[in-house]
Amino acid sequence: MAVRKPPITTREYWAPGHAACAGCGCAIVMRLATKAFSEAMEEKYGDPDAFAIAHATGCMEVVSAVFPYTAWKAPWIHVAFENAAAAASGVEAAWKKLGYKGKILAFAGDGGTADIGLQALSGMLERRHNVVYIMYDNEAYMNTGIQRSSSTPYGAWTTTSPPGKYSIGEDKPKKWVALIAAAHMVPYVATASIADPYDFYRKVKKAAKVDGPAFIQVQGTCVPGWRVPPEKSVEVARLAIETGVWPLFEIENGDFRNIKFQRFPKDGKFKKPIEEYLKLQGRFKHLLKNPEAIQQLKEQIKEMWKVLGKEVELP
Amino acid sequence: MKYPFPVGTNDFIQGDEAIARAAILAGCRFYAGYPITPASEIFEAMSLYMPLVDGVSIQMEDEIASIAAIIGASWTGVKAMTATSGPGFSLMMENLGYAIMTETPIVIVDVQRSGPSTGQPTLAAQGDVMQAIWGTHGDHSLIVLSPATVQEAFDMTIKAFNLAEKYRTPVVLLTDAEVGHMREKVNIPNPDEIELLYRKLPQSDEEAKFPFGDIHGDLIPPMPIFGKGYRTYVTGLTHDERGKPKTVESEIHEKLIKRIVAKIENNKKDIIEYETYDLDDAEIVIISYGIVARSAERAVKILRKEGIKAGLLKLNVLWPFDFELIEEIAEQAKKIYVAEMNLGQVYHMVKEGANGKTEVELISKIGGEIHTPYDIIGEIKRGL
Repeated sequence: MAVRKPPITTREYWAPGHAACAGCGCAIVMRLATKAFSEAMEEKYGDPDAFAIAHATGCMEVVSAVFPYTAWKAPWIHVAFENAAAAASGVEAAWKKLGYKGKILAFAGDGGTADIGLQALSGMLERRHNVVYIMYDNEAYMNTGIQRSSSTPYGAWTTTSPPGKYSIGEDKPKKWVALIAAAHMVPYVATASIADPYDFYRKVKKAAKVDGPAFIQVQGTCVPGWRVPPEKSVEVARLAIETGVWPLFEIENGDFRNIKFQRFPKDGKFKKPIEEYLKLQGRFKHLLKNPEAIQQLKEQIKEMWKVLGKEVELP
Repeated sequence: MKYPFPVGTNDFIQGDEAIARAAILAGCRFYAGYPITPASEIFEAMSLYMPLVDGVSIQMEDEIASIAAIIGASWTGVKAMTATSGPGFSLMMENLGYAIMTETPIVIVDVQRSGPSTGQPTLAAQGDVMQAIWGTHGDHSLIVLSPATVQEAFDMTIKAFNLAEKYRTPVVLLTDAEVGHMREKVNIPNPDEIELLYRKLPQSDEEAKFPFGDIHGDLIPPMPIFGKGYRTYVTGLTHDERGKPKTVESEIHEKLIKRIVAKIENNKKDIIEYETYDLDDAEIVIISYGIVARSAERAVKILRKEGIKAGLLKLNVLWPFDFELIEEIAEQAKKIYVAEMNLGQVYHMVKEGANGKTEVELISKIGGEIHTPYDIIGEIKRGL
């Protein structure tokens, strides 16, 4: 009997023993992304190890490099908060000149991408460096103690967007960096989720195989930051997809008219109400008593889908 | 006015929290920040308090933006502050120079951690002294304060605002992770007992024409407020008394920069603050500042008990620096020790001040732990 190739490689580049919280969604991102990347490198260059990683300061950097250990089984450079894309550009440009065969993988969180690192990301995309940049989006600065970022969703509690008499919590809509990246008309931009690992795996492989820069924004649950139990980590991410909060899409060469969607309901009608997503998370607890704010959030989600060219209905 | 925390009483709070409360009592109504360990608690407190005192607490996209935002806010007439730690402070260097050049009163808190680079985010250090004083390029002067206790962090935050307003200059409150995260008893005075200063405003349309001119002979020009009718022109380029760029006239540059430096240097006696402990008859003098000064004070007590004539000079202000005072001490002392949590920064200034009158030795400790009194005593005894 022929032995089937496993759908996900058994090689590991993100070793056990890292210090991420139980149920950490972003640790899943690291593990899957490096696996997919190595598989792509093997298929493209015949060498699964033909890559290096540039990593901005953030949760996944901290938990993966607790002295004297490292969870990384690949060359890995940790640079300060705003520099992942720029340092990756440097490695890539030098490798190109040196004639090395391989590709660079850059990781940064939403703070390191949407806020302080946006300039470096834009430069990297515009200069067309052959880098895959993965933004692990846990929707706030979790490493420093849960401060808001521009990727924090509307209504969420954080320590710098505390809800109370004068505020509903974060009072601005989420910034979608994937759309900003796509506006650079780069070969490949996608969003992904830890709740659909095969989809994420396929997207990383696809990103790794294109010539030129690629960007993936992947939602990863933060157990302490979102105030969810560890065992609900994947469930809450799945609800984000099923309620229409988190879109899964691919944009190639900035072609906004031909966006490919995944797990999008054919009739544009999401079956589950966003309340189901919200009520699992302590960061939205105060919101459940505020139907107006929930309505506002729904309107924003519809607007976001409209930008993507879809009219949706939210129950 | 109602404050969102108890006033006229004692409280038991962290240094970071004390800084936030003191800023609000000092009249700060604009905070712009960016998360960074070990300064995030200041921002978190500001996020809670500012809406309750009708102020603004705004999260910027990085530290460059944070300091730029408070510079902008300061020109609207509001007292403004940001807080960060080493890596963020490095990013602020360009705009720190801009604030010096444009004479913008702002307060920057640097809760120091070990560097360079990301270093030891949760551990204390005093490695940013030279960066605070000389980190931005070009000739300049500014004010740098160094608290040793949570109470001092509170008091010096108020002092920082007063000095910034009085001298139209950026003031750096240079504290560290130890003071920032430590909980201690703090006396929070009644707001009406706190002396507050506010910048000099132009008294006439004529005065408003010279936002960068020494029109009162005190080296400090009146500062117009954006939105109050003046077309003030603010630029980081070399500018004349009216604020208009004059980038090739060497006399104008020299006059401007010398005035900006002189307004701090000539007022040294007003700005500088220090404390002494058993210094009068001391043969062995320890010079220290910030958290380390507390170990040094204990070291002096122990040495005195053992019959060694030790004394302490605790610096509360690191810039401007009283070189003359150090020379006076050097004339009396057999030996000066500088205890600091770096590889020698204030040490070099002390050496310059001592001017060869006595030997100056460094008691250095890095790695995130404070000197114990016995670290200091051990070094001193070795030298006896």
